[in-house]
Amino acid sequence: MPDGADTAMPAEADPYVLNVKDLKTVFRTRRGEVHAVNNVSFKLKAGELLGVVGESGSGKSVTMMSLIRLLPMPPAEIRSGSVEFGDVDLMQISEAQMRAIRGPRIGMVFQDPMTSLNPVFNVGFQLMEPLRKHMGMSKSAARARSIELLELVGIPDAARRLKDYPHQFSGGMRQRVMIAIALACDPEVLIADEPTTALDVTIQAQILELVKELRQKLGMAIVWITHDLGVIAGIADRVMVMYGGQVVEEAPVRELFSNPSHPYTRMLLETIPSISGDRAERLQVIQGQPPMISRDPDSCAFLDRCPHAFDRCGRENPLLRSVGADGHNAACFWDRVDANA
Amino acid sequence: MLDATPNIQTGRKLVEVRNLRMYFPIHTGLLRKHTGDVKAVDGVNFDIYEGETLGLVGESGCGKSTCGRAILRLYDPTSASIKIDGTELAWANDDARKIDAHARRAARMSTYAVLIAGVTLLALLAVQFEAMANIRVVFAGALALSLLAILTFFMVRKHLRTTRAAAAGISLSDFAPSERDLRRLRPTMQMVFQDPQASLNPRMTVAGIIGEPLSEHTKLNSTKRNERIYELMDAVGLNRDFANRYPHEFSGGQRQRIGIARALALNPKFIVCDEPIAALDVSIQAQVVNLLEDLQEKFGLTYLFISHDLSMVRHIADRVAVMYLGKIVELAPRDDLFADPLHPYTKALLSAVPEPDPASHDTAERVILQGDVPSPSNPPEGCNFCTRCPSVMDICRLEDPEMNEVRPGRFVACHLHT
Repeated sequence: MPDGADTAMPAEADPYVLNVKDLKTVFRTRRGEVHAVNNVSFKLKAGELLGVVGESGSGKSVTMMSLIRLLPMPPAEIRSGSVEFGDVDLMQISEAQMRAIRGPRIGMVFQDPMTSLNPVFNVGFQLMEPLRKHMGMSKSAARARSIELLELVGIPDAARRLKDYPHQFSGGMRQRVMIAIALACDPEVLIADEPTTALDVTIQAQILELVKELRQKLGMAIVWITHDLGVIAGIADRVMVMYGGQVVEEAPVRELFSNPSHPYTRMLLETIPSISGDRAERLQVIQGQPPMISRDPDSCAFLDRCPHAFDRCGRENPLLRSVGADGHNAACFWDRVDANA
Repeated sequence: MLDATPNIQTGRKLVEVRNLRMYFPIHTGLLRKHTGDVKAVDGVNFDIYEGETLGLVGESGCGKSTCGRAILRLYDPTSASIKIDGTELAWANDDARKIDAHARRAARMSTYAVLIAGVTLLALLAVQFEAMANIRVVFAGALALSLLAILTFFMVRKHLRTTRAAAAGISLSDFAPSERDLRRLRPTMQMVFQDPQASLNPRMTVAGIIGEPLSEHTKLNSTKRNERIYELMDAVGLNRDFANRYPHEFSGGQRQRIGIARALALNPKFIVCDEPIAALDVSIQAQVVNLLEDLQEKFGLTYLFISHDLSMVRHIADRVAVMYLGKIVELAPRDDLFADPLHPYTKALLSAVPEPDPASHDTAERVILQGDVPSPSNPPEGCNFCTRCPSVMDICRLEDPEMNEVRPGRFVACHLHT
């Protein structure tokens, strides 16, 4: 685990709230190892919304769960990497210290609001719990703050609804409650794992509006995991594309959509049909299946499905390199500019 | 078929759905009294032309899946006329349905009467004559009685149906086909389900799954059957070598291909695709959609494509129906609907779809709907959409708008367009 942690650690005057370096998570299963996250590094600036896109199994959720240490270990094992959060390395501290960070300083919203809320407690209790545990508030102060939070996320008649149980809320309202709980202690970082995937489009639009509004009011940094490039285009500042447990491309949102560099990103953007503009006769497809990585990668993860693959791609695993301005990086040997010229 | 939109004026109607209602009863209290209905589908009319794909879109709970299942008679609709390829699957007219329901009720009552009378008689005889208390005699009596009861049910029902229908001037062919007749009709209409994990039997091999409709509905011998299975696997792009594997050995996209091969086994004309791509990853979704389009071209299939993904529906459908709370609010050719939606709900739905283009998010005017969909067990008075509609008028809260053809081929149910 301490690999990589001893390299540069300039904690002072760091504009990043979260600095993840070479994170590597492996699952041990009966059929051998699954390398779910392979040397993922990224930085999260204060107040930034980082979108993480990828298909299921690309390691996007596992990366985030590893860095807040929510994965069951075993079978999971974090082989190496460091996560600098303020002046601590989240990989080094004790479980008790971690508990003091998870919740009050790093908030979380999960995909399915029904399974992440406890059905036998009313939402008031679940909202007040972190406030009383972490902030040491009295019952009445916590209650007042809970009402404030529910109003913040747009739940009408907040005071009365505190007594309601999760099943009495609709899907969209439940997700609002989850967001309220995550925001309860004013976290510096909010990790949202597919928070709108289970919701209908009109409700999703409501939640996206709410998040934009909350960012302006509260100014925390958000990591937004999704597989929907449309959602990312609407809210993210910077995007990280993951494939086969690795970051294959990262760029500011406009740069990524106007100038995608990695073949996977390019094909992904061509695959999804749009509701406006020209309608393609046939959908572009990415042939084949995403890979299961069972050992340290020695070739590009996208090799089998890539139309531009050449012999070097099979010999070594490409590292992220700069391909454009504003920190636009891609992990690919193929040179798009040369190929186009 | 993809290049030219089918000529709707001259095309042959393959599926005709009239006044489809599917209510699920709510029973409450100690006596399980019928106190209300969940009106999942409430009066839906549409046609599907041969070779066309009709997209059915809407949010979860709007009744689109129920609608698809009711059309295939996987549910018993509360009322409907459903014609597939000219054959009536439900009640050709509503009087027939009422007569049928009445005849069924009356026949059930007569059966109870026969049973009670028979049991009393048997008991009396057993008390009267000691010889009757013999276990064999009692058993034979009970058997005869059950046969008599079943016979009564069918006789009374048949009699009532014939006499009533004759009195009302309805032909017997207007009645819904029996389960046995339906079974004969099933090969023409098939379904592809949403979750390939749940709709494939984990204990059957791929060959077993694809071959099951063949052994149920055809008399092919095992060689011919295997040939057909291999043919189908080729058609959907599955490797023949995998015929003896089990569903769990496949990925989501391949599992969906197995489901599609099973649906194709009996050469159907009409396939209901119930969210076939919702459970798949984006890169796999495109593969399955392309496969569905290829098969349509190859076998001349007609699809009802149920989905909540508007961008996919825009790609695959020729015409699109938008449902809200059990009713179709707008039905239009695909390009017209996406270019110029008329119903306020369609507008809101389209503007809520996030586009994969950051620039459009800054310029686009969004209609963000407030609130949630009302419960289908207690829909609002007047127009179903009046509680969330941004351009609601007084009349909307009083009168339910009728479906009108506002432009050729474009149907809208809204007071703004009458």
